[in-house]
Amino acid sequence: MSTPHVLLGLLVNGPRHGYDLKKAHDERLPQAKPLAFGQVYATLGRLERDGYVEQSGQEREGGPDRTTYSLTEAGRAQIDDWLAQTERPAPYVSSTLFSKVVVSLLVADADRARDYLIAQRAAHTARMRELTAVKTTPGAGLGDIVAADYAIAHLDADLRWLTTTLQRVADLHREVHG
Amino acid sequence: MTTLLRAAELTRAYGPTQALRGVDIDVAEGEIVAVTGPSGCGKSTLLHCLAGILRADSGTVRYRDQDLNLWSEADRSRLRRTDFGILFQFGQLVPELTAAENVALPLLLAGSGRREARQTAVGWLDRFGVADLADQRPGAMSGGQLQRCAVARAMVTEPAVLFADEPTGALDVLTGEQVLNEIVGVARAQRTAVVLVTHEAQIAAYADREVVLRDGRVDATGLGIGVRS
Repeated sequence: MSTPHVLLGLLVNGPRHGYDLKKAHDERLPQAKPLAFGQVYATLGRLERDGYVEQSGQEREGGPDRTTYSLTEAGRAQIDDWLAQTERPAPYVSSTLFSKVVVSLLVADADRARDYLIAQRAAHTARMRELTAVKTTPGAGLGDIVAADYAIAHLDADLRWLTTTLQRVADLHREVHG
Repeated sequence: MTTLLRAAELTRAYGPTQALRGVDIDVAEGEIVAVTGPSGCGKSTLLHCLAGILRADSGTVRYRDQDLNLWSEADRSRLRRTDFGILFQFGQLVPELTAAENVALPLLLAGSGRREARQTAVGWLDRFGVADLADQRPGAMSGGQLQRCAVARAMVTEPAVLFADEPTGALDVLTGEQVLNEIVGVARAQRTAVVLVTHEAQIAAYADREVVLRDGRVDATGLGIGVRS
């Protein structure tokens, strides 16, 4: 996971405290799993230990004191390095969806896989419709739109693969059974 | 919701090729329905039959409870001008006319005065963000601009149904999405029903409902492919 880098990225425009970082993370990555506070502080602790962030003050806004953190030179360099690295395309496909179709073909037959596909397709298209509504809501922020696009593109890829797979199974079935 | 269009048992062949083999479909007022399915499944033929451009070989198409097959070609042609808007992938604007003249055309055909037609046309161009192109000819426009003018022309008569056949098929992804978003937004605001033919799941996701065709029939499974032997 890239949580440390996201936190470093959020500090680029100036110091922030942990609560603020959590809020900013959840706003910028609205479709990601929300960050737990514990995770924010634990990550900040590690980043501080490695010299990428430093404590830069205390802030009090009617509540308890909050420690603000700022990015160090090394932290800035770390962000630049990370952004310059190309992500390796995942070497293995790992998804429950993929496993389920393969297993259903192994243990059952084309009909079973087909029944599963029908239900899965309905679930995928319903989710795509929801996400499309999210991103076309007037006033949707760039973060929401980009996140919805990402999720929609992956659902679409799943759907294409599901359809192609079942078409292949159907062709094979026809060859074998005439 | 009131049913606006209802087709039952539609069949249509091109020579030996049976494009539709008994399709039933309903479209309610203001509803956006995507018609999807693989190439050759009959979705464009269905759109043409629903819009009264093609006559089905058998079956009925009812619009506001009237059987269009019983209408004369002249009456159906008038209906297409007044109640239906039609949008294709590309190539629908008259190259010799400006954008405003193209958009005004359906109004002029319906008997509007020239000045009033132009004013309304420019208003519709503005609604799709292309009012500044009013006096340009299609040859000078980008794909997205052309399609926005074409939508303005399809919507200028404020039709009850917009028939759109792969309306974003010739556009890049982002432009296609913007144009589609504008079409859907305007259609919802106008309570215009849309029959949206597409082969892309991401486009179909803009609709309220999806009807999948396979081999000229509605495929209730939604797969659009055959598996069971």
